[in-house]
Amino acid sequence: MGYELKMRLWRGDVSGGALNDYTVEVEEGEVVLDAIHRIQATQAGDLAVRWNCKAGKCGSCSAEINGHPKLMCMARLSTFDETETITVTPMRTFPVIRDLVTDVSYNYEKAKEVPAFSPKPVEADGTRRMMQEDVERGQEFRKCIECFLCQDVCHVIRDHEDNKKSFAGPRFLMRHAELDMHPLDTLDRRPMLREQHGLGMCNITKCCTEVCPEGIKITDNAIIPMKERLVDRKYDPLVWLGSKIFRRDEREEV
Amino acid sequence: MTSADSGAERRHPMTGNRMDSDVDTEPHGFETHEYDVVVIGAGGAGLRAAIAAHDAGARVAIVCKSLLGKAHTVMAEGGIAASMGNVYPDDGWQVHFRDTMRGGKMLNNWRMAQLHAQESPERVLELEEWGALFDRTPEGLISQRDFGGHRYARLAHVGDRTGLEMIRTLQQRTVALGIDVFMECTVTEVFTDGVSTGSTSRGPSVSGAFAYRRETGRFLVFHTPSVVLATGGIGKSYQVTSNSWEYTGDGHALALRAGASLINMEFVQFHPTGMVWPPSVRGILVTESVRGDGGALKNSEGERFMFDYIPEYFKSETADSIEEAEGWYADKKANRRPPELLPRDEVARAINSEIKAGRGSPHGGVFLDIASRRDAEFIRRRLPSMYHQFKELADVDITAEPMEVGPTCHYVMGGVEVDADTEQSLVEGLYAVGEVAGGMHGSNRLGGNSLSDLLVFGRRAGHSAAYHALKDRESAPTVSDDEVRAAGEHALAPFSVEGASENPYTIQKDLQAVMQRLVGIIRKADELRESLAEIEKLKERAKYLSVEGHRQYNPGWHLALDLTNMLIVSECIAKAALEREESRGGHTRGDFPGPDPEWGALNLVLTLPGESVSLKHQPLPVMPEDLKTLFEES
Repeated sequence: MGYELKMRLWRGDVSGGALNDYTVEVEEGEVVLDAIHRIQATQAGDLAVRWNCKAGKCGSCSAEINGHPKLMCMARLSTFDETETITVTPMRTFPVIRDLVTDVSYNYEKAKEVPAFSPKPVEADGTRRMMQEDVERGQEFRKCIECFLCQDVCHVIRDHEDNKKSFAGPRFLMRHAELDMHPLDTLDRRPMLREQHGLGMCNITKCCTEVCPEGIKITDNAIIPMKERLVDRKYDPLVWLGSKIFRRDEREEV
Repeated sequence: MTSADSGAERRHPMTGNRMDSDVDTEPHGFETHEYDVVVIGAGGAGLRAAIAAHDAGARVAIVCKSLLGKAHTVMAEGGIAASMGNVYPDDGWQVHFRDTMRGGKMLNNWRMAQLHAQESPERVLELEEWGALFDRTPEGLISQRDFGGHRYARLAHVGDRTGLEMIRTLQQRTVALGIDVFMECTVTEVFTDGVSTGSTSRGPSVSGAFAYRRETGRFLVFHTPSVVLATGGIGKSYQVTSNSWEYTGDGHALALRAGASLINMEFVQFHPTGMVWPPSVRGILVTESVRGDGGALKNSEGERFMFDYIPEYFKSETADSIEEAEGWYADKKANRRPPELLPRDEVARAINSEIKAGRGSPHGGVFLDIASRRDAEFIRRRLPSMYHQFKELADVDITAEPMEVGPTCHYVMGGVEVDADTEQSLVEGLYAVGEVAGGMHGSNRLGGNSLSDLLVFGRRAGHSAAYHALKDRESAPTVSDDEVRAAGEHALAPFSVEGASENPYTIQKDLQAVMQRLVGIIRKADELRESLAEIEKLKERAKYLSVEGHRQYNPGWHLALDLTNMLIVSECIAKAALEREESRGGHTRGDFPGPDPEWGALNLVLTLPGESVSLKHQPLPVMPEDLKTLFEES
């Protein structure tokens, strides 16, 4: 049942680091995070790793396992060969703090920039009525556990540090889509999507969708529809004419 | 607001943390901050309290152990209990109040249960105003689902990920309001000042808090007259638990050390359905919604054993035949509830007995079967995260085969003794809300009543804390340099204890084994005495903790600090459990199997006058006559 697992873990901080080798006893049914916890408890008490729920619900334990962005709590050891060495490194897109822990503050900064939900007035009878079919589109995006693996894998920021200023990443492009598709929301979020959050920089390679542990179709259901909405508005000649003739508050929304 | 020391050192652009490594050798370079209200914890209760305090005009900081949005509230699955009557118009706060009190075996603080039942519908609707997308009824209103102990379908929900929806909504609201959040910061001390000035002497009053940042290991001092504890529970003291690493009783321990009291600590809820296999996921929650949506519990002989465990107390409202139980899903008026939906304490004890009697499943649980009772599409739509969880972690397809489940430590009913209306503890300016507060749930909490508790009392605590801070700014107590220095030295002690050789991970593991073995679901006097002796030994060993490495993001050091809290809280649980010689709700004594009306009128109050916990009896607040009439029928 149990066997000796060989692991290589990146250890270090902002000034540099290296892969360290460990051998650890593991049991049937365990996940990568179990093995790391056992190393922490018995061999390296100060090994830094971020985690919370250990059930794939909080999105804290994101890392790169043999180079693939994954949640450590959902990476089952049974999916690896017993003789294989498992290498775990911190998410590459974000600056490292220590060992497997990265500074994900980029994401919290982008979250602050997205304008808040801004609902229309309540119905005449004082209620809020929305149909299940209408909330389901937004509900798909609200399954997001903010593990930031989509942000990590997105090559717009993974390979180009400079783009972080003008690109919000899949997680927050999807947040715009969620609000845009919310049956009660009233804001037009397209100017910001285009100008500050760089929707146009996404060239729909779908890497984000592939790594999403919640299986959200980020590209197909959030990003592409928003790209279409942007194009509609920007290049529709009637809308363009309307925007020149009417005041903004009299314009017809598309 | 920040008066951090200056210099040429490198600082983190967002947090202001020093990033250079020699910060570790400088114990007195504190960051200091001044706020009206400091909220400790960023789960549902903490965020709701912070929003309320902000709305009341206070300058608010949230200090949380993890990143924003990761708190244990995300693990809540089923829903938020609120008698909105969207599905059953007969529902109302009186019915919800009655269910809550009966579920808690009448040991609840009646006033808290009343406020909770009255205010929760409004709190749910407020979430919708802030962007939450609940599942809908055919009329387009918020849908409500069945849960154990609730007479009507009452839980507002989003599939089986309601907690995530709630935390994200509150998190986004917090961000939109621009409230300051100190992430990955741990509070190690709440400062109080209890001086007597001239002829008038007053009790302890909050003056501030001391914390450390994980990222750098650097210390912070908050000057504030109001602190709201919203730190959650104690589950990490047990081996099999649905709780995350954060649940180490921090708020309970901070309150005790500041001079406040705890009540009901003997009442620990073991959720009847946690995963049992594989070992690495043992304890992870399987939502009660599985039973609310039609799941049945069966033993190894295929029997629906819950029919054998219906207690006298719930006989009149529980189905006694399979036919009636099956009929209930479609017609709730003509049929009584299936026994699978008895309150959690009853179901957990029943499962425990079946396993002990040798009728368990292969991995030491029982079977929870929804696969043979509902179609696959229904299961995937109503229980998406359960489907995902079993598929990914256990290779079990819950639409095709039964789950194996068993009890897991889930929730502590006990907590800081607070005033029902303001949530203030015995210490002026110190508030407690959510799982860390006691009284609301009595001896057993109903499912769904936790999320609503967070919202109702979070808001109340936030308002009270803001009012306290703003009404009397001038005479606010201050933090002395000596206190700050002592708190810093205390926090760093594990790096420098002479002759230290104890590994914090090992002590934590030993404590979990003691609590699981001796202070579990069924308790006995001799075992509880043994547990107290074991806890004493662990406290002694914990004086010689040794930590390797340095202060930056060091989980060993962090655990060393948490351990102190876990040990105190475990002592509270064991001591109160030994004292209460009856069985009620989340406290079952093998040597005192029934409830005792005399004990039913008493709270056990715990304080920490010195190194050891002290305990006294206190009469329960008495419910007014008009509310008593709600319990006369049936």
